[in-house]
Amino acid sequence: MKVTVCIGSSCHLKGSRQVVEEFQYLIAENGLKDTVELGGTFCMGNCQKGVCVTVDDELYSVSPETAKSFFEEHILAKAK
Amino acid sequence: MRKFDTKVQHLKYKVLREVAREAWKGTLMQNMLDIPKAIVPGTEPTMRCCVYKERAILGERVKIAMGGDKSNPNVIEVIEIACDECPMGGYNVTEACRGCLAHRCEDVCRKGAITFDHHQKAHIDKTKCVECGQCATVCPYSAIMNFKRPCISACKVKAISMTDDTKAACIDNDKCISCGACVYQCPFGAITDKSFILDAIEMLKNKDNKVFAVVAPSISSQFTYAKLGQVIAGIKALGFHTVVEAALGADMVAYAESGELAEKGFLTSSCCPAFVSYIQKQFPQLADNISHNLSPAATISKYIKEHEPDAKVIFIGPCTAKKMEFQKEEVRPYIDCVLTFEELQALFDSRDLEIMDMHEDILDNASYFGRIFARCGGLADAVAEGLKERGITDFELKACSCDGIEECRIALLKKSKNALDANFIEGMACVGGCIGGAGCLTHGAKNKSEVDKYGKEAFEKTITDAISQLGKVK
Repeated sequence: MKVTVCIGSSCHLKGSRQVVEEFQYLIAENGLKDTVELGGTFCMGNCQKGVCVTVDDELYSVSPETAKSFFEEHILAKAK
Repeated sequence: MRKFDTKVQHLKYKVLREVAREAWKGTLMQNMLDIPKAIVPGTEPTMRCCVYKERAILGERVKIAMGGDKSNPNVIEVIEIACDECPMGGYNVTEACRGCLAHRCEDVCRKGAITFDHHQKAHIDKTKCVECGQCATVCPYSAIMNFKRPCISACKVKAISMTDDTKAACIDNDKCISCGACVYQCPFGAITDKSFILDAIEMLKNKDNKVFAVVAPSISSQFTYAKLGQVIAGIKALGFHTVVEAALGADMVAYAESGELAEKGFLTSSCCPAFVSYIQKQFPQLADNISHNLSPAATISKYIKEHEPDAKVIFIGPCTAKKMEFQKEEVRPYIDCVLTFEELQALFDSRDLEIMDMHEDILDNASYFGRIFARCGGLADAVAEGLKERGITDFELKACSCDGIEECRIALLKKSKNALDANFIEGMACVGGCIGGAGCLTHGAKNKSEVDKYGKEAFEKTITDAISQLGKVK
């Protein structure tokens, strides 16, 4: 599974660093290092909806506050 | 609204703009010969002896805007017919000499080079004169002038001489570091930097390309008639996929360089390509001490390409030497093209983009420290911060920040004789740092404070925070 977080300017200001950190922590905690590949990109062309995240090419909008619940619903559920 | 410092820049810009306009339309090959007449219409000359010479020179400028002489590896090129063959006799007594009684010029001259004719007017014996200029300083009438070509005065690496037959300026490529000082200083615009604007347009026209703009932090002191966010919006409107700060590469470099410095004990910086080239050409014995880090622009471009191998990267900055750097074997895989701010202005206007009327986009990847690389002293500050953030306490940084190539020369000379009490030489070929670059639209006293202000506006306050997410994503 490929999870990509936008780290471009707009998403960066909306907290992409916290989202990346949260995902990285949750991936490790759930033992998903081999199944989930966490990637980054500088722009997904959807700056209004940042922080932009794609899970296997499907686009979502995440914030540092919703990162944990998003992970559980869209990443953890699918990865297991 | 003042877009440029000089009319020479404005003329160069008009040529670039017209070449770009035709290139976007795909009609450059049919219409390139008409560009000179479009810029200089009518019959009255405004710059030279006649409109025909003006157009002939513009024809040469069109060629340089299209990439210039391919057989010359240097990106800095002389337009021979544009060179005014300025006098270069050195110190000479002018008509203003009143034949006074004081003879201060004679008293101050240690070489006995001053003589007087029967009207008591002074003369300089060129076989004795050493061009020290003391006589000019003491003359109460300012009657002694230094006739020196501006290009030769500007070139601190002494790469410019005079061609024997035509008397035009001539660049020694073995000495030239492509800093562009002569380009900015020649009052006739006879020395200029080759443009890669057509390569940029080709990349942008192909909709299959994802073209990244990597912009230098000195952009904060440029395009002052608009907001920085509007410049970013303008760049995207040209067809760029997105804009990334070269300053983020600077954060990466500061972090890596502080580690390399503590390990090796002495380094010279590798950010300024003209400074690196200067060491390689003039101080080869110190070349092993050049930091092994790529420049900030190349570092962030490498990161982009590692994540998106199909991406195209165009660096946009103040620098003519970057046009040499991106052709180097170790940089070529990462940077596909280099443009200056002058060329970016031409691109905007070739598409009739009024950036002052555009919305404000965002540019925020780097920390304060990455952003202040644009001015002299910024890199040393960032390396000090890098050492601190890495918790390296057993290494004391003694930085020597050199502002302009002359200061670089003195520091390197001292170092080569073991007479420099410093373990890090930050070298910037342009006076003031990148904000003094030849490709800047404007050069002003306020530029340094603009860079500092932009630095302070950065969302991330530390180098570690700015680069931390880069390492966590693949």
